[in-house]
Amino acid sequence: MEKPKKEYEDIPGTTVFDADQSRKGYGINMFCMSLLKAENRTAFKADEAGYLKAYNLTPEQTDAILKRDWNGMLALGGNIYFTSKLGATDGLSFQQVAAKMTGATQQEYADMMLAGGRSVEGNRSKSEWEHKNG
Amino acid sequence: MAKIVACVCTSHVPAIGAALDNGKTQEPYWQRVFGGYEKSKEWIEKVKPDVCIVVFNDHATAFSVDVVPTFALGCAAEYTPADEGWGPRPVPVVHGHPELAAHIAQSVILDEFDLTIVNKMDVDHGLTVPLSLMFGQPKEWPCQIIPLAVNVVLYPPPTGKRCYNLGKAIRKAVESYPEDLRVVIFGTGGMSHQISGPRAGLINSDFDKAFLDALATDPQKAVDIKHIEYMREAGAEGIEMVMWLVARGAMDEKVNEIYRFYTVPASNTAVGHLILENASA
Repeated sequence: MEKPKKEYEDIPGTTVFDADQSRKGYGINMFCMSLLKAENRTAFKADEAGYLKAYNLTPEQTDAILKRDWNGMLALGGNIYFTSKLGATDGLSFQQVAAKMTGATQQEYADMMLAGGRSVEGNRSKSEWEHKNG
Repeated sequence: MAKIVACVCTSHVPAIGAALDNGKTQEPYWQRVFGGYEKSKEWIEKVKPDVCIVVFNDHATAFSVDVVPTFALGCAAEYTPADEGWGPRPVPVVHGHPELAAHIAQSVILDEFDLTIVNKMDVDHGLTVPLSLMFGQPKEWPCQIIPLAVNVVLYPPPTGKRCYNLGKAIRKAVESYPEDLRVVIFGTGGMSHQISGPRAGLINSDFDKAFLDALATDPQKAVDIKHIEYMREAGAEGIEMVMWLVARGAMDEKVNEIYRFYTVPASNTAVGHLILENASA
């Protein structure tokens, strides 16, 4: 039997962190969790690729982490509350990490938020984004 | 007899804690946020709760992806403010009320809400930012705190209806505790926000204001909101608002709105705040 489609897959620009994603991204998220300890942050910064070897990551996951591909990490099973700890290790706030995921500069993103944020109009479903992008 | 005297709903944006801890409260950007809590601080100083039950979510701090409890009640004597990657917030240790917490756990589990019991948990901004907003920067928090962590990180969180009914069960539990205690219940998180992916930055003030109205006058309307609607309309992380329904469920259906505040943004998030007291009180 085919797996039922998830209704939230229609929300554009959004990866919902469910049990499937959490299984896929277990290594990414547990790596990020380790960064809650100051000594681990130091060890990671000293040798990023070496540090990651302990987390049983796929080559794509390792690559996404090393390149700070924030959207890539989410697609590969990471969750923002975990990956933001990597952001914290890099000295980034939640807002700075969020800006990077939208493709805007930090200033553009901060200005958008000050002006009331991204409107829900045109951002409810994938069909609206396809339409927008022609 | 212990009694829930009020509910306080508020966002728990981490940047609010950082602004407070780094002395930025007087900057215009932050003054706009903190100014909205001045009346609340005066109000709670008069109410003087003995215990606050704080419904919050852990943000991958105490719970990793090893174990994700849907509802986890803190029954410990104390909780240490967590290091979330930026170093721990310089706020007091949170003192629990283990006896009342154990009583609530026993009562609601026998009422068929299968809570997880937690005896050790570091608490992150989800719990400490609301305390800072309501109590400022004291040397010690002025009351005991019972944390109730709700999973809103790994989809699906409990439904709004489940949260609301848990609130009712918590009220029943509190009211069957023999000691005279004044209890305030906090619902935290939200309001509209999305901090992940290309749609990050989403804010929906119309949704938020309708949610605040519903909590004040027609809670069933908020209870009926489905997960997909929270995520689509209020952002992937806007689903945190189900936690407000636990607090609302612990109140009478008819309440008096004591105070409301709403501003956009704090960092990525719409800040909403509501104080309700029972109309019958």
